[in-house]
Amino acid sequence: MKRIESVNDFVIKFANVNGTGSASANNLFAKGLFRMGLPVSPKNIFPSNIQGLPTWYEVRVSEKGYLGRRGGVDIALSVNPHSMPQDIREVFPGGYFVYDNTKPLDLRLTRNDITIIGLPLTRICNEQYKDPRQRQLFKNVIYVGALAALLDMDFKVLTGLVEDQFKGKAKLVLPNIHALELGHQYAKANFDCPIGIRVQSADCVGDKILLDGNTALGLGAIYGGATVAAWYPITPSTSVVDAFERYAKRVRIDPGTGRHNYAIVQAEDELSAIGMVVGASWNGARAFTATSGPGLSLMSEFLGLAYFAEIPTVLFDVQRAGPSTGMPTRTQQSDVLSAAYASHGDTKHVLLFPSTPKECFDFSALSFDLAERLQTPIILMSDLDLGMNDNMSEPLVWDDERRYDRGKVLSAEDLDRMERFGRYQDVDGDAIAYRTYPGTHPSKGSFFTRGSSRDEFAVYTEKGEEYETNMLRLMQKWETIKQYVPGPEIRLCGTQTDSAVLYFGTSEESAREAVDYLAGDGIYLDAMRVRSFPFNREVEDFLDQHERVFVIEQNRDAQLRTLLMAEFELGPDKLKSVLCFDGTPISARNIRKQILQMMPGHNITPLHPEKVAGGAGEQL
Amino acid sequence: MSYQIPKFRHPDLPVNELGYTKADYEGAISTLCAGCGHDSISGAIVKACHEMSLEPHKIAKLSGIGCSSKSPAYFLGKSHGFNSVHGRMPSVVTGAAMANRELLYLGISGDGDTASIGMGQFAHVIRRALNMVYIVMNNGCYGLTKGQDSATADAGSASKKGDPNPFAGIDLCSLALQMGATFVARSFSGDKTQLLPLIKAAISHRGFALIDVVSPCVTFNNNPGSTKSYEYVREHAEATGTVDFVPIMHEITTQYPPGTTQEVTMHDGSVLHLHKVSETLDPFDRVSAMTALEQHRNDGSILTGLIYLDKNSRDLHDMLQTSQRPLNQLDESDLCPGNKMLVNINASLR
Repeated sequence: MKRIESVNDFVIKFANVNGTGSASANNLFAKGLFRMGLPVSPKNIFPSNIQGLPTWYEVRVSEKGYLGRRGGVDIALSVNPHSMPQDIREVFPGGYFVYDNTKPLDLRLTRNDITIIGLPLTRICNEQYKDPRQRQLFKNVIYVGALAALLDMDFKVLTGLVEDQFKGKAKLVLPNIHALELGHQYAKANFDCPIGIRVQSADCVGDKILLDGNTALGLGAIYGGATVAAWYPITPSTSVVDAFERYAKRVRIDPGTGRHNYAIVQAEDELSAIGMVVGASWNGARAFTATSGPGLSLMSEFLGLAYFAEIPTVLFDVQRAGPSTGMPTRTQQSDVLSAAYASHGDTKHVLLFPSTPKECFDFSALSFDLAERLQTPIILMSDLDLGMNDNMSEPLVWDDERRYDRGKVLSAEDLDRMERFGRYQDVDGDAIAYRTYPGTHPSKGSFFTRGSSRDEFAVYTEKGEEYETNMLRLMQKWETIKQYVPGPEIRLCGTQTDSAVLYFGTSEESAREAVDYLAGDGIYLDAMRVRSFPFNREVEDFLDQHERVFVIEQNRDAQLRTLLMAEFELGPDKLKSVLCFDGTPISARNIRKQILQMMPGHNITPLHPEKVAGGAGEQL
Repeated sequence: MSYQIPKFRHPDLPVNELGYTKADYEGAISTLCAGCGHDSISGAIVKACHEMSLEPHKIAKLSGIGCSSKSPAYFLGKSHGFNSVHGRMPSVVTGAAMANRELLYLGISGDGDTASIGMGQFAHVIRRALNMVYIVMNNGCYGLTKGQDSATADAGSASKKGDPNPFAGIDLCSLALQMGATFVARSFSGDKTQLLPLIKAAISHRGFALIDVVSPCVTFNNNPGSTKSYEYVREHAEATGTVDFVPIMHEITTQYPPGTTQEVTMHDGSVLHLHKVSETLDPFDRVSAMTALEQHRNDGSILTGLIYLDKNSRDLHDMLQTSQRPLNQLDESDLCPGNKMLVNINASLR
């Protein structure tokens, strides 16, 4: 058997039982590698369940900094007897299978093309701990200690992490370190450490941080000045408002009076949640809601009202696999079309596509400025992969000189200087009219907000030409919007090429990696990451400059491609789809494979796969 | 179409403490049917706000969809209005009230808007004790779509179309009590004497105040056989007693024989006199109020007047401990923690 040998480049997958406290131990492992200066991308693969079902945690370590999902498993660590058959089957030939051998491995499962490592985790726990809960929790910490020995991790980094994690709770530090040592000593004593796969400290992460996108969104809303959050719990968006509340409790409670500079309302459903956001925004507060696909469907009617009545509205959509309930704990980018055109009638909504936690933070804060400047819904499109996993990211930064852009709002003094106020009158030629908050002026500036047609002065009308004028102004506003939304990020490959890839959100890391591999195949691709809708000029120019553009996205129906075709009136030939919609994040190898099949003259199996594929046990 | 009421007024129109005439509280000319009960309610709202000397621009009027929800255009023209989505006014008011606690929130809805499509939001806004006045213009039918029965139509009641309604009617006052409303009243658009002080009391109340106003639809549901017709309601209404509203700092002029009147001081300092309250109802006791509603329903009569008042009511802002300064007045210095905190957060994430 040829063992997989590699340094700082592998995928390890933990197989646990939901609700057994494995998350924090697995997190300790990933963060330990990160502190050793290694790029990591941990991903939770969890069931829609509270306790008892299998859950997995996959960590990719890549010194080259490839953070997308690689696919495949070099090391599996399974403490879940129920998923063990699958877990052992998934290991690449030459890989390693670590398991709790207190109960011997079913002989029918054993493989002779992998290294099998048994750790008597349950036995050690039963000998060491009396309390059943402790037996459960420390089992997880013990295997992290064992892995540290097997992979040659810096043990001091782990103990340092434990000390940081339980700062102020000294009673917890020593037992955790003791558990780490138990595992570490057992592995050292019984195996030839390290195994073929190992790690060594490097300097590859700089000042980066490990953060999940949802926390970044919540924090962005704090910095962006949101005061009203209305929401209905839904996976995978719930932790956005949790984070908002956590930080609000830290920084938004007046120490003197105990009064809150925020209001969080858990609504009875998503219709109500978005209604509250619309009401609060209409009344001059910065407000947001967070939801996922099913919630977005329910919010559609209000989004149409906010579009037509021009009320700032901020919505964070953390997408999951649809349609209907779909796979609630799996990722997809499949709400693009339903968000872009949400609601009946002619509507279009501004979408923002972050791809890192840093961008979640930035776009979250930005969305409040945009909503108030543009007086329309801003829908920030995250997804489960970005939102619920720790992603390596640039650190968060805030410019203390920055002032909120509250948009066109008239004060009492402004109103006194005016002849007549027209809520829907385009005074400045940018198709954005001025608004007033209720209560501004005793006799001027009041108006009637409605979802029915009205003239420039907000007076109800059923005259076709008045209605049409207003709808055309909204189209003109759409043009204005293009100047405000974040432009695309373009990476030219440096070689003359007529082909390109186009992607958004969480496809970025894998797309970049695939572009590198394809360059090894002799296929050179320029790349553009779209960051917003409406698409601005740069997107159009980039499409014009390339003959063939592969649009990479994580849904079945090529939704972004449809949006591009509709907005630019492009024919179907130019844009080729690269899709992944099985609920797992798209991988570089998947992208590469699909592009190879579509490139003229390249739809053949490469002769030397090992030259192009990354990762230790990479298979094609 | 909206038409503005002519600005010309008699020079001697009485002014209130703010120097405003009643005309300053009016809105556009109503486009509802002549004789519509809703217009009488609008008139009572205008009168109540004028007499209470409320600043019109400090009132926000919000509604859903339907005939009733159109009516905010016909009163309080100097107030901001919001004609929102069918059945969803409560959520919009909730957001608005969170943004600025200093305004008076007047929600106008109908029986379709409240008891059918918006029943969920109605129940939950009560449960959340939002500080608002919620007026239902209740005519038991859908006017704009030509007279279908609504969910508040009584079983057996027949609209102009003629077929008796086979389904049980929803009693919004009972529902409101069940959901924890702290002010519940029912009135009749044809009885302004009763309605006016109830609106004033509801405005003075802190927390959620419901007034379910039976308001006949003259076009589709004012026929013999309907239990929401002018005639039927006049004959079957039974008042819980009379309510006299005395605004804060005003002298109490009405004299009542001893033992016939209960006095309640409202949250804003105004005083409510409950006169000759029915012997079967203690309006400060929720169970008594629920029983009285059920009894009258059983007897085929319509209980009107103040049905329940919780003198120790709280509102959502109390529960959330929201800042006294309206949230919409806070700026960067109040809201943004600055880069220094981010530096610490970043450090904790490495």
